[in-house]
Amino acid sequence: MSGKDMSYAAVTARKNDIMKASMGMDYESFVTSPVAFDYERLMGDTGYSHDDIVRIQSETKVGGTPLYELRNLTEAVRKIAGPGKGARIFVKDEAANASGSFKARRASISAFEAAKKGYEGIIAATSGNYGAAVASQAAQRGLKCIIVQEVFDSRGVGQPEIIEKSRACEAYGAEVLRLSVGPELFYVLLRTLEETGYFNASLYTPFGIRGVETLGTEVAAQVRERCGKDPDAVVITHAGGGNLTGTARGLALAGCAGTRVVACSVDLGGLHMASDRDFNRKSFTTGHTGFGVPFATWPDRVDVPRNAARPLRYMDEYQLVTQGEVFYVTELLAKMEGLERGPAGNTSLTAAVTLARQMDRDQVVVVQETEYTGAGKHHNSQLSFARQNGIEVRRGDPADNVPGKAIVIPESLEQVRGRVQDMDRLRASYLKNAAKAYPPESWSPEDIAFLAADVKKDVAWVRAAVKEL
Amino acid sequence: MAAAEKGAWVEIQQTILEPSQRAPTLPEDTKATPLVMRVSGFLVEGGDLGAPATVETIIGRRLAGTLRTVNPSYSHSFGTTVPELLTIGAEAGL
Repeated sequence: MSGKDMSYAAVTARKNDIMKASMGMDYESFVTSPVAFDYERLMGDTGYSHDDIVRIQSETKVGGTPLYELRNLTEAVRKIAGPGKGARIFVKDEAANASGSFKARRASISAFEAAKKGYEGIIAATSGNYGAAVASQAAQRGLKCIIVQEVFDSRGVGQPEIIEKSRACEAYGAEVLRLSVGPELFYVLLRTLEETGYFNASLYTPFGIRGVETLGTEVAAQVRERCGKDPDAVVITHAGGGNLTGTARGLALAGCAGTRVVACSVDLGGLHMASDRDFNRKSFTTGHTGFGVPFATWPDRVDVPRNAARPLRYMDEYQLVTQGEVFYVTELLAKMEGLERGPAGNTSLTAAVTLARQMDRDQVVVVQETEYTGAGKHHNSQLSFARQNGIEVRRGDPADNVPGKAIVIPESLEQVRGRVQDMDRLRASYLKNAAKAYPPESWSPEDIAFLAADVKKDVAWVRAAVKEL
Repeated sequence: MAAAEKGAWVEIQQTILEPSQRAPTLPEDTKATPLVMRVSGFLVEGGDLGAPATVETIIGRRLAGTLRTVNPSYSHSFGTTVPELLTIGAEAGL
């Protein structure tokens, strides 16, 4: 520490130097303007091929998870679907990874890289399954591990799901810095990186995202083997964008050119993510719109100079579901399919029900993750906690759901209906944020080409859309 | 008498930022509260609850704060009965 100014402003101002030291990576060489950078070169510069990643992951109990067909749920959907409708629903059981979620893929390459480069330890700031994943991977690579988590409100109360995630990190041998509500979590991360000299296992580095590509290539291979065709749609729970970006890149790598990439988040509209009061009124801690929308419409709001997770670059469709719908489908997964899994991973399963109902019977929709469940993470814990905190819980039409006030659990599968979002509105919102970062008058043809790729549109679309801003 | 002996597994609390030091963009309710951190570790010297204390964390780092609890543990559960979940299934074809 040696007399350095450790105030919020001073530490935050040292962000770039701290990041450079804690990842051994210099983003400067990839950056071409305030809005553009050489994305593919950044992703390729990790030094790991896809085969390397598969091998590294297999050393630490990551990947090769089963793909299950949900026959009973598919049958139930067919009963309410129109003639010839009701696609086959498959789920990739990512709970089978070490630490119980797909996040092990995301942590695995960072842990390998940190060990290879000789770092003593690894740090991540996260309140999600990622903490347990980093701790589990660090344990296997002989690294010390610190997880910085937002855990409790000003009353000292944390919701059961977050408490469980905290416990899991400690179970894998990590030191857990538990914080009250606030985005200054990143200040604590920076301070701790500086104090320890450990590796920053940020969720948003190329290591993190490249690690998820194997999820996409596995889905492609398993569906081809089982169904003799590519998946027609892959549904991905969307929060920070890494799950979607990595999986979609893997699908592309496997040559699934016609596969529709569908994002899904739980609608928590109206709840403020940095609010002490709203903190325990959310019954989902991730996979929700509080992350999903801002990260889609401006990915570069993270703890690294440029975010490797760029969801709009790969997203074909975005659906929102309610908390009640996800809890309903989570219960059905247990009772119909004999799989008890955590609710956040079932967000995409909820959207898959809606999609399957609209798709033809010979089509295939894949839900690309599950997560473990148990005390705290179980949907019964979350609902019981919600009720204790004054939130109404009842059966009814999920359209009556009000985030933070009422969780309405559907009375029938027919009431499970995702709400498709206007993609062009999201894209325009992204461009608005880009315009704030760098005025459109200054955009070079290269900038416009980057922005077009970043929203999965062509240059002409961007030029027209900018005029409308 | 000391509430916790040297080497006990305890939780300490530190105030990281006072309300006046917090990030400028926070909503009012959060800005009115301090940013607080809790961490568990082995107590370096015996001490009383509420008194300054230093711990050695599970990875061997020394951190200082105020002694909050001795033998911190987890009691999260599956929650109380949620009748709304019990009846799910039959209507979907079970």
